[in-house]
Amino acid sequence: MNALAVLLILSCLLILGSSRPRVAIQVVAVQGIFLGLLPILRSWEHLTAGIWIVGISGLVFKGILLPWLMQNVLQRTGIQKETAPYVSFGTSLLLGIVLLALSAWIAVNLQLPADASPVLTAMAMFLVLVGLFLMMSRRKAIMQTLAYLVMENGVYALGVSISLEFPYLVELGILLDIFVGVFLMGNLLFHLDRELQHTDVDKMTELSDLQTISSEPGRDA
Amino acid sequence: MINLLVCIIVLPALMGIISYFIQCNGIRRTFWLLTAILHFLLSLKAALMAPYLAPTLWIGIDALSTIFLPLSSLLFLMVTLYGIGYVKREPVEQQNDQEIGGLYQNTPESIFTGSLLLFLSAMSLAILSQHLGLQWMAIEATTLSSAPLIYYHRSKTSLEAAWKYLILCSVGIAVALMGIFFIGLALPRGIGDLTLSIILQHSGQVNTKWMEVAFILMLVGYGTKMGLAPLHNWLPDAHSEAPSPVSALLSGALLNCALLGILRIQQINAAAGMASFGQGLMVIFGLLSMGVAGIFLLGQTDYKRMLAYSSVEHMGIITLGFGIGGLGAFGALLHVINHSLIKSPLFMTAGNIHSRFHTKSALKINGLMKVLPASGILWLAGFFAIVGTPPFGSFISEFTILFAGISSKLWWVNGLFGFFLILAFIGMTGVFLKMSFGKTDAPPDKEHSISVLPAGILLLLALVLGIWIPGWLSNIINLAVQMLGNGAG
Repeated sequence: MNALAVLLILSCLLILGSSRPRVAIQVVAVQGIFLGLLPILRSWEHLTAGIWIVGISGLVFKGILLPWLMQNVLQRTGIQKETAPYVSFGTSLLLGIVLLALSAWIAVNLQLPADASPVLTAMAMFLVLVGLFLMMSRRKAIMQTLAYLVMENGVYALGVSISLEFPYLVELGILLDIFVGVFLMGNLLFHLDRELQHTDVDKMTELSDLQTISSEPGRDA
Repeated sequence: MINLLVCIIVLPALMGIISYFIQCNGIRRTFWLLTAILHFLLSLKAALMAPYLAPTLWIGIDALSTIFLPLSSLLFLMVTLYGIGYVKREPVEQQNDQEIGGLYQNTPESIFTGSLLLFLSAMSLAILSQHLGLQWMAIEATTLSSAPLIYYHRSKTSLEAAWKYLILCSVGIAVALMGIFFIGLALPRGIGDLTLSIILQHSGQVNTKWMEVAFILMLVGYGTKMGLAPLHNWLPDAHSEAPSPVSALLSGALLNCALLGILRIQQINAAAGMASFGQGLMVIFGLLSMGVAGIFLLGQTDYKRMLAYSSVEHMGIITLGFGIGGLGAFGALLHVINHSLIKSPLFMTAGNIHSRFHTKSALKINGLMKVLPASGILWLAGFFAIVGTPPFGSFISEFTILFAGISSKLWWVNGLFGFFLILAFIGMTGVFLKMSFGKTDAPPDKEHSISVLPAGILLLLALVLGIWIPGWLSNIINLAVQMLGNGAG
């Protein structure tokens, strides 16, 4: 299980260093499969039907359906690579290692209860932090969607690491929410591409009030 | 009882899904209206039958949901009456509007109605759920079902607004989910069940350090969705770009659902004897939201954005009231009702104004009282109500919060509270008065009663609440305040 955690951490570093959305989607898919296996491996000795359902559905949603959806969006919009992120890929990797150290430090200092695994918790924290970091440092809307997925994966892993089990109906509902969310994001991405001929988030400034104040006559004048 | 509650949640969901497939506008609109009426009646029945006992199942109705459920349902009914007229007026073919970035074509009406009904279902579930995970799921579902509604006009600006809304709220809510996991950690080992009643039973043994982390995460997460500064960025965009009936629902009903998410964890805080920790943070967030909104209200010339910032301000007032606690929480709950009853009609009236003048800029609008007499009166009455002048209910609730602050001797809080209220007043007065009066050559227009009546009814209710608060209402509010830890002083 710790091996899985290490693989997940490595997969995050791969996303941080990659400029191609296609690669990032594939990595997120692998992450999803690992995450689906996680709850099953975690309670290997006392498996219940609920855990099977949660694990398998997590695997199907996160490992297959969501990446398939993203791949679809990518093909329809033909978004190329992330050319100029706010933070360059090399720096991103370095920062990733800092974030990793930070999440390990948090996990060690959390005074976790005995049955929660510190390695898994550190990994979960790392995923959440990387997701947030990607959200802020990438320009392309598709990378933001992927960042959201990475973050959501981290939150999921956190739930597994502290062995908190929701009733599987709720768990399925959460997965469905994420699925619909990514579906909508994909749909909007498609429209963004068509309407604005770009998917750069930093160019979406038509609605900013700060701009209205700084430019003298104002947007409405 | 439980069957009734399930009905309240499932009925609009089912109707929503059916609506996606109905091609005939007449039938779909009838379905829409019927669902709204039925939902309102069922909600009233549930509220009247509410046992006021702590529910033990995943869904149930307690004092807090008794306040929120009929309120949301009433707003939905009024928005439906107004909205059917609104979608009838909206042209189907492509249109050109320079203000929102050129050509646009509305979303097909079936998608609009379907999403709206699913939105109602998700809100009902968020209000009625007694399981933290289930509530999270419902609140996320409200985001998802309302994103297509914001993108109704399919213009560049509404696209930008919907994107921001979806991303920011989803991330915020993911943070709240982390918070829920931390509550699981805070509970004694082996409980692992996040039904509210079970958490409350074990609240004596929770690990307070974990609870603090959980509260901060959930306040930030649900606070994003509720529009608390500094996480409010999406709100002015979404509320101003959405079509008016949707803005009315977003401001009046959706923000309350996110607030309920925060109140649920404050309930746990109170039971665990750490109410004051949560209250301190809520005071800070409340004041910050009021301040930020006040600053952006100054010089705001887009009247829909102005209403949106005013929502941020009022969410701040409400959060501040809960932060002060006791009588303040009473005032805050009253203000939740008042704000919904006032902000929704204001957005509906804004919709009337927009469809007459085709601009969102207040600079280009004069003499509403002459051009649209009925909407003009509503606009002016709504202005007096939203800034909290007597005899409107908002005056009573704001004064209650102020009074609670005085009796708790929170001088600096009260000073800032008063200052920010004045700031917002200054920001809004100019715009409202200029739009209502001012010279104009435009000829007066006839208005359909259906486009002003729903707003009128809601404003009238707000007026009634300012003159007379029924005994049963203050009883329910008192019960809810007790759930949050302290009886009304």
